[in-house]
Amino acid sequence: MKFFTDENSELAQEIIERYPKSRSAMIPLLHLAQEQEGWITDEAMAEIAELVGTTSAEVLGTCSFYEMFKRKPVGKYVINICTTMSCALMGAGDLMKHAESRLGVKSGGSTSDGMFTLEGAECQAACTEAPCLQVNYRHQYRVTADQFDQLIEELASSDHDVPRHGVLSRIRQHIPEDRFVRPTPPDEVVSAPIWMVTDGGEK
Amino acid sequence: MNEMTGTPIPHAPGFIANETPRIVTSRFDYEDSHTLTRYEATGGYEGLKKALQRTPEEVHNEVRDATLLGRGGAGFPAGVKWGFCPPEVWPRYLVVNGDESEPGTYKDRLLMELDPHQLIEGCLIACYAVGLSQCFLYIRGEMAVAQERVAQALNDAYAAGYIGKNIQDSDFSVDIVLHWGAGAYVVGEETALIESLEGNRGMPRLKPPYFPASIGLYGQPTIVNNVETLSNLPWILEHGAEAFTSIGTESSPGTRMVAVSGHVKRPGVYEIVNGTTTFRDLLYGSDMCGGIRDDNQLKAFVPGGGSAPWFTADQLDLPFEASQVGPQGSMLGSGAIMVMDETTDIPAAALTLTKFYAHESCGKCVPCREGGTWLEQILRRVVEGRGTARDLELLIEVGETICPGDFPHAAVPSKGIEAVPFPYRMTTICFVGPSAFAPIHSALTLFREEFEAKVAGNDHPTMIEVAVDV
Ligand SMILES: Cc1cc2nc3c(=O)[nH]c(=O)nc-3n(C[C@H](O)[C@H](O)[C@H](O)COP(=O)(O)O)c2cc1C
Ligand code: SF4
Ligand code: FES
Repeated sequence: MKFFTDENSELAQEIIERYPKSRSAMIPLLHLAQEQEGWITDEAMAEIAELVGTTSAEVLGTCSFYEMFKRKPVGKYVINICTTMSCALMGAGDLMKHAESRLGVKSGGSTSDGMFTLEGAECQAACTEAPCLQVNYRHQYRVTADQFDQLIEELASSDHDVPRHGVLSRIRQHIPEDRFVRPTPPDEVVSAPIWMVTDGGEK
Repeated sequence: MNEMTGTPIPHAPGFIANETPRIVTSRFDYEDSHTLTRYEATGGYEGLKKALQRTPEEVHNEVRDATLLGRGGAGFPAGVKWGFCPPEVWPRYLVVNGDESEPGTYKDRLLMELDPHQLIEGCLIACYAVGLSQCFLYIRGEMAVAQERVAQALNDAYAAGYIGKNIQDSDFSVDIVLHWGAGAYVVGEETALIESLEGNRGMPRLKPPYFPASIGLYGQPTIVNNVETLSNLPWILEHGAEAFTSIGTESSPGTRMVAVSGHVKRPGVYEIVNGTTTFRDLLYGSDMCGGIRDDNQLKAFVPGGGSAPWFTADQLDLPFEASQVGPQGSMLGSGAIMVMDETTDIPAAALTLTKFYAHESCGKCVPCREGGTWLEQILRRVVEGRGTARDLELLIEVGETICPGDFPHAAVPSKGIEAVPFPYRMTTICFVGPSAFAPIHSALTLFREEFEAKVAGNDHPTMIEVAVDV
């Protein structure tokens, strides 16, 4: 059984072609798998291994290093509350407590309807807007308890534009064929790029 | 309090525009600052066009003359680093460090979301100058909006002939490939970034020998630069190194973006004049943070991102100048200040940082992997009132296995404590291990009485909830 859909298989090829070594596509392909499935399955890792020319164990090795790759199903919306210094100073602890009681789960848990997973997270590069959180890696700033409740209602009633977990960028890079230079593999190119030599200081 | 000046920009959450020259944030006021149309209408891609009229060497020299210090943390001059590529070893690559995740740091994300073309133009100028034949733009995984903005900008710039084959009909050709991470702080370290880009676990490599400029991506010469560093290049090429160095000081010219968070009246991201602006200007200036919240007293601040030893009011008059901050016991790092007022529970505040670095250890070095975890556990029991006096010694002993010898800290004139200058010695490959110790060491040195009160069981209640499990 193939893991990737036909459309995603094509995308995977397009991604791999951009790198001098296909193994570099490993993380982008894991993201693509998570986008398709919401989490990273064994089938996904096996197929990615094949695509980039390595073993499933190597893919698991990489996959397990990174926080965002989920090895079990998670909620449709993953809510990450920042608990690092600036947010902690501005009330992240209270926000987390409120979130736990509103959702009825502890940090790390998921609601039984599969809608929400709640996690404590580290600095989200929004420290001036503390306390902050992310829903599927999209920020909410200076979040109060009331705003949190409102957010949950909006998410539950689909009154928002946050894509489901696994979808990160909704815009994909596409390099037009006629402008694509193509990768420069380390073992093939031995001379300087043309613009470094042809100018001869004449410009 | 005085009237506040400076303008918050609603579509740039946190950014506050003020009167200082605006080199990298000049377009932030426009709501469509991220579009190619706005970029071209406001002088965009002019720096690249100027660069293409000159030889790569001339462009490199212009950047070297500008003394553009790296904005990612280490503050190394970009033009000098570019010169470290061994001659005649090809291909060379550019890796853009957009992994911004140092506690307190918030600027690269703004630059990617609000002015992605400026970053792209900066990448192109660097590639042209140093002969880099492919660029990988590595954005932190947890930044979905930045990824969307940069992806759109790349697609538009390819279509408009700014990226790809024969850029602007010249013989300069380069691809920029968008890549993103998946959540691991240590990947921001440049050699770990390269490991990650090769599809591996993001574990740092030993330097030497693995200085990226000589042995980087796929073993080839590789320039790693921060997003803000590269975002300065279009301006430098358009206006010249001389205009750049006329702002700020000779050793720290230009501007830099600084995020001030925590207990100030107006937390925000400011573009400040480098070298001359002081911490007092930033924290108390009416065009900036406007003072401490509720007019409280300042207790302490972290001057350069979570890794930096702490300062107190005694250091407020230091300027943003590495050569002055270093001898006083800390560093400017990634342009991030976290402010604690008099109500702050200092041991608990230190724990919010130590648990970060302990959690983010990649596990490659024993002192970091084991030491970080121990530091967190010991400090946690002290904070929770389960500690003993012996624990305070233990914290230092464990810290010394990571950083042997004197650890840098600020002076405390009232206690007769003199500053120990930056940097420190370390037993680890990268700075994650030492960074788990830095907040503990600073807090214990500057506010020992608070720890003693905790272990004696007569302290004030913890003001900060520190998550147990993240
Ligand atoms: C643990 C660690 C994390 C780092 N994180 C970042 C980061 O998120 N972004 C960044 O630009 N530099 C980061 N750096 C610094 C990079 O290693 C590197 O010095 C920098 O990207 C070089 O760019 P610059 O010279 O333009 O500053 C980090 C360093 C360490 C030790
Ligand atoms: S210091 Fe820590 S994070 Fe850095 S390489 Fe060693 S174990 Fe990894
Ligand atoms: S500390 Fe919460 S976003 Fe940085």
